[in-house]
Amino acid sequence: MRRMSSFNLVSLTLGLAFLYLPMLILVIYSFNASKLVTVWAGFSTHWYGELFRDQAFLDAAMVTLKVGVISSTLATILGTMAAWILVRTGRFLGRTLFSGMIYAPLVMPDVITGLALLLLFIGIGLDRGILTIVLAHTTFAMCYVSVVVSSRLSSFDRSLEEAALDLGCTPWQSFRLVTLPIIAPAVISGWLLAFTLSLDDLVIASFTAGPSSTTLPMKIFSAVRLGVSPEINALSTLMIGIVALGVVIFSIISKRAAVRQQMEEQAAVRT
Amino acid sequence: MLRRLTLILIPYLWLLALFLVPFLIVVKISLSDVALARPPYMPQLDLAAGLSGLKDFFSQLDLENFWFLTSDDLYWKAYLSSLKIAAFSTLITLLVGFPISYAMASARSEWRPTLMMLVILPFWTSFLIRVYSWMGILSQNGLLNSFLLWTGLIHEPLTILNTPTAVYIGIVYTYLPFMILPIYATLEKLDISLLEAAEDLGCSRLTAFWLVTVPLSKPGIIAGCFLVFIPALGEFVIPSLLGGSRTLMIGKVLWEEFFNNRDWPVASAVAVVLLLILIIPIILFQRNEQKNREAGQ
Repeated sequence: MRRMSSFNLVSLTLGLAFLYLPMLILVIYSFNASKLVTVWAGFSTHWYGELFRDQAFLDAAMVTLKVGVISSTLATILGTMAAWILVRTGRFLGRTLFSGMIYAPLVMPDVITGLALLLLFIGIGLDRGILTIVLAHTTFAMCYVSVVVSSRLSSFDRSLEEAALDLGCTPWQSFRLVTLPIIAPAVISGWLLAFTLSLDDLVIASFTAGPSSTTLPMKIFSAVRLGVSPEINALSTLMIGIVALGVVIFSIISKRAAVRQQMEEQAAVRT
Repeated sequence: MLRRLTLILIPYLWLLALFLVPFLIVVKISLSDVALARPPYMPQLDLAAGLSGLKDFFSQLDLENFWFLTSDDLYWKAYLSSLKIAAFSTLITLLVGFPISYAMASARSEWRPTLMMLVILPFWTSFLIRVYSWMGILSQNGLLNSFLLWTGLIHEPLTILNTPTAVYIGIVYTYLPFMILPIYATLEKLDISLLEAAEDLGCSRLTAFWLVTVPLSKPGIIAGCFLVFIPALGEFVIPSLLGGSRTLMIGKVLWEEFFNNRDWPVASAVAVVLLLILIIPIILFQRNEQKNREAGQ
C-alpha cells in the first residue's frame, strides 16, 4: 500500500488533531489565571500551587502509586506464569477454563468486575482498603500481562532452552538465564501496561476501596462530577506530561537495545 | 512434575478465587431477596447446617429480581439505549477510523512507526482525563460553542454536554485507537498489485477500493468493531461525565442501583443480564480472532 493522496493527508491531519486537540486544550487552560474555563485571564501557575497544597490530592496520589507498584509487580509475576502455562505446558485438566479465565477479564465491563469482587470481599469479611484494591487490580492486570508475554513466548526459538537443558541447566536456570532475557522486553511492557491500567482505573477501585483508601482517579471523578475544575486541569497536565516523558524514554531505550542486539548478533555471526 | 504442578496451581487458584468465585457470588445474590441486614440480602449459605442447610438455601432462591427487571421499564430501556448507543458509536468510530488507518497504511514506510506511536500514545494517558477534557469543550459556554458563535454559524449556544450526543463524541474519541490499529494491521499487509490489477482490468479507483480493499480489510474491520462495541456497552465513566441524567446506560444504572439504592440483589441481576447480552458478541469476536490466526498461519 503506497499511495499518499491529498485525501489521505487531510484525514491523517484531522484524525491526529481530533486525538490531540482536547488534551492540548486541557494543558493550555491549566495555565489560565481565571477560574472560568472559557475566559483566558493570562498565564499563571496558580492552580499547580493550589494542587500541591491540597493534602487530599497528595494522599490519593500516594495510595494510587502504592497500589500501582504492588499490583503491577504481582500481576507481572502471575501473568508471566500464566503465559508460560498457556504456551508451554501441554494439556492439563481444566485448560479451557484457565484460558477462558485469562481472556474473559479483558472484555468484562468494569462495573461487573468491581461488583463481583466487592461481593466476594464482603462475603469473606475482608476489610476494604489498599489490600483489596491491590487484589482486584492484580487480577485483571495479570490477564493483560499474560497476553503480552505469551505472544512473545510463542514466537521465540525453543531450541535455545533445550540447548541450555542439554548443557546441564536446571529448568529454573534455563528460564532465568535463557528465557527471561529474551522475553524481558515483553515482561517490561507488561509491567508498564499493568501499571497504567492500575493508575487509570476508576470503577473497580471505587467498588473495592475503603473509606481511607481513596485513589487519584476516584478523587478526580468526584471533583469533576459537578463541572470543570482548574486544579484538575493542572493535575491532568502533570499526568499527561509524565506519560509522554515515560513513553519517549522507553522508546529511546528499547530502540538502543534493539540496535545493540543487532550489532551483537552481527558480531557473533562474523566470529 | 511437582514443580510444574505448583507453577500451574498458583495463577490457576488466583483466578479461580478472584475471578470465577466472585461471579458465582453475583449469580447467587441475583437470585436472593433483599434484607435489611448486613450484608443486605437473604438467604446466606449456612454450611454449618450441612445438607439440610444447602437444601434450605436452594429452596429460597428465585427469579424474583429478574421479574423485577422486566416489570420496571427503566431497566429494559437502559439495556436498549446502551445497545443503541454502543452500536451507533461503533459505526461512527468505523467511519472516522477507517480513513485514518487507510492514510497510515499509505504513508511512507519510515513514517509508519511514528504514526502508530501517535495513535497509541493517547491510550497510555488516563482514560478519565481524556473523557474529562471534553467537558470543557462541550459545555454551554465551552470552547466549541464560543468558536461556533464567533464564526457566526450559530447564534445561540448549542446544548451538547449532558446529552447522548456528548456520549457519542466521548466513545468515538476514547475508543478510536482500538478501531484504527486492527484495520491498519490488515491494510498494511494488503498487496498493492491487487489494486493495480483491478485498475488494469478497468475498475475505477473507487470501485477498486470498494471491491478489493474493503473486502480484504474485513477481518480488521470486524475486530475493531468488537473492540469498540463490547466495552462501550458496559461503559460507566463516559455516560456519567458527559451524558447527564437524561442518558440511560446500563453501566450507570448498575452503579446507581448499588451505591445509591443499595439494592444488591437487583444490581447483581442487572449484572447477570448484561453478561448474558455480552456473551454473544464475545463468542463471535473469539471466533473471528481464531479464524484470523488460522488464516495467518
